[in-house]
Amino acid sequence: MRSEETPRLIGADGLGALFTALRDRGYTVVGPTLRDGAVVLAELDSAGQLPSGWSADTEAGRYRSRRREDGAVFAHCAGPVSAKTFVHPPRARLWSADRNPDGSVSAAGPDAPAKRFAFVGVHPCDIAALGVLDRVLAGGEHPDPVYTARRDGTFVVVAECTEPAATCFCTSMGTGPAATAGFDIAITELLDGGHRFLARGGSPAGTEVLAALPSVPAGAEDTAAATAAVERAAAAISRHMPDEPLPALMTASRESPRWADVASRCLTCGNCTMVCPTCFCTSTEDVTDLTGQHTEHQRHWDSCFSLDFSYLHGGPVRTSTASRYRQWMSHKLGTWQEQFGMSGCVGCGRCIAWCPAGIDITEEAAALAAARLEDAP
Amino acid sequence: MNAVVPVPHRIVDRRVDTADTVTVELAPVGEALPAFRPGQFAMLTAYGIGDVPISVSGRHGARPLHTIRAVGAVTRALHDAAPGDVIGVRGPFGTAWDVASAAGHDVIVVAGGIGLAPLRPVVERVLADRSAFGRVAILAGAREPAELLYADARRQWATQAQVRTTVDRAADGWKGPVGLVTALIPGMDVDHAAAAAFVCGPEAMMWFTVQALLERGVPAARIQVSLERNMRCGLGWCGHCQLGPLLLCRDGPVVGYPVAEPLMRVREL
Ligand SMILES: Cc1cc2nc3c(=O)[nH]c(=O)nc-3n(C[C@H](O)[C@H](O)[C@H](O)COP(=O)(O)OP(=O)(O)OC[C@H]3O[C@@H](n4cnc5c(N)ncnc54)[C@H](O)[C@@H]3O)c2cc1C
Ligand code: SF4
Ligand code: SF4
Repeated sequence: MRSEETPRLIGADGLGALFTALRDRGYTVVGPTLRDGAVVLAELDSAGQLPSGWSADTEAGRYRSRRREDGAVFAHCAGPVSAKTFVHPPRARLWSADRNPDGSVSAAGPDAPAKRFAFVGVHPCDIAALGVLDRVLAGGEHPDPVYTARRDGTFVVVAECTEPAATCFCTSMGTGPAATAGFDIAITELLDGGHRFLARGGSPAGTEVLAALPSVPAGAEDTAAATAAVERAAAAISRHMPDEPLPALMTASRESPRWADVASRCLTCGNCTMVCPTCFCTSTEDVTDLTGQHTEHQRHWDSCFSLDFSYLHGGPVRTSTASRYRQWMSHKLGTWQEQFGMSGCVGCGRCIAWCPAGIDITEEAAALAAARLEDAP
Repeated sequence: MNAVVPVPHRIVDRRVDTADTVTVELAPVGEALPAFRPGQFAMLTAYGIGDVPISVSGRHGARPLHTIRAVGAVTRALHDAAPGDVIGVRGPFGTAWDVASAAGHDVIVVAGGIGLAPLRPVVERVLADRSAFGRVAILAGAREPAELLYADARRQWATQAQVRTTVDRAADGWKGPVGLVTALIPGMDVDHAAAAAFVCGPEAMMWFTVQALLERGVPAARIQVSLERNMRCGLGWCGHCQLGPLLLCRDGPVVGYPVAEPLMRVREL
């Protein structure tokens, strides 16, 4: 929903002021930046580190950053890092315990984070992904204290998507390219007729920060240009999910022959789960010091593609690659709905671009849908 | 924070059940945890080794009992812990057996191996309120006679219920039946069609047991099973305990058979 207030127009130099305003308010800014040939999310000191003039060409199994003629800063898509890394860290301590000389045990909970994050320039699909993590990790009976300590109080500056990549399919998942909720400030990058940003507040905190930036009220033509840019982006998205309820498709496809087909290509490397902004699964381990008296209970990202993931005494439940790919995809598109009341996929396309085998979740869904039709009497 | 940081408990009693299985009684060192309902489980921590899901297998006053079979690093450390040692406990987690719904019905309890541990509180609850239930049949199977749990308790149960045991391999002068626990089902003096059943054991054993129960006319809606998957947290965060749409630490481990049936049918789900 567009806010009632007139959007503001910020010049290309306004991003520096935004960084300053956020840092003044105690935030650590996390935003896109070019690193080792890819646009990643990282802690940034200044707006100068934003990937000005870079976007990426993506295809199944392919990601190449590309220089652009214009100075677009938010033309990135499907980079290998998502906001997940910051709010659900790859490694975290859940507790530590010390065994005292008298045999008793003193325990402490997770470390409190030292930083408060402001995400700048993340796209609407990534905001949707944060919403998914909110539900999974913080919306149940036991909110995850590591997650809530990092997520509560984050500031979000979403950049509406105007340059989708070939791997994007947010329109199928209802998560983009427009920003509708879950942000403090939404900006739309405008390139034609001068590099500038349309900005609107999405929360009192956002409106307050916006008021601290050099800006002018946006004119009707700027607002129209922003709307048109987002509409062009929506029209440019070429990948789609099958047009049918995906949870029902996944349930009906449990014994589909397609799993054997995808298994012949999948390397079970787990890249898809690592780059996915919603894949949340973790494992734990106890680490002790040399004396054995001090224990740290560590949590780290895990992947349903690993054999150990389903280990029970006597052996893993999911030994075949087919069963592990089925678990991942059925969870993303199907059982997530039953577990958490929402889709586990936001259509960001990262898993497509970063799969070394070029496996494409939209193509697999289409194949399952086709196989189901063939099956029907 | 209880659910995340293990709460220190002292082992105040340790009974050897079999060559690899013990039952421990735990007393909180400081704060106590909420009471466990039959079927629920704890995450037990052997400090420095790890934590694993272990069902509540009974209680002594307010103190929970847990029966632990040593099969790997963590269960071995928990099994070896001596009275006086401190271990960590988180919980209670998961769903409970719905014993109340069996009131007025004949009751069939079927256990395979360590599966008798989470069922012992069911038996005790039923026998404590004996007149509220009809006939009661308790069937337990194990690989060998020496692996049958709770000999003392079974003798007591036998005064108020039909208790039958079977083993895969006879030994030690075993005179009882040899074979699958499913073979005991037809011989029980119960009205199968009006019975409620509680089943726990290895997944294949549960599947064949339920088929045998259904064949004798036990209604599917009155059969409960306790399912097992890898669990790293017990809190619904780690994703390991998924079985299709279920997160077994949250939606299980105890589920009605109509929910479990389509999931148990699919290999490697
Ligand atoms: C809900 C529930 C209740 C249980 N109740 C009992 C009980 O009352 N008594 C009992 O003796 N055992 C019980 N188990 C099984 C027990 O949790 C496993 O035997 C134990 O996790 C094995 O861990 P380990 O480190 O000793 O063995 P390893 O084989 O070294 O296991 C390594 C890791 O794999 C996982 N794992 C291995 N086997 C299992 C398994 N069977 N179930 C879940 N995770 C596994 C664990 O996370 C473990 O840390 C229960 C399991 C579940 C899911
Ligand atoms: S499953 Fe793939 S497309 Fe969907 S959210 Fe995860 S990485 Fe993005
Ligand atoms: S689908 Fe691709 S990225 Fe995912 S595990 Fe298989 S090969 Fe790796």
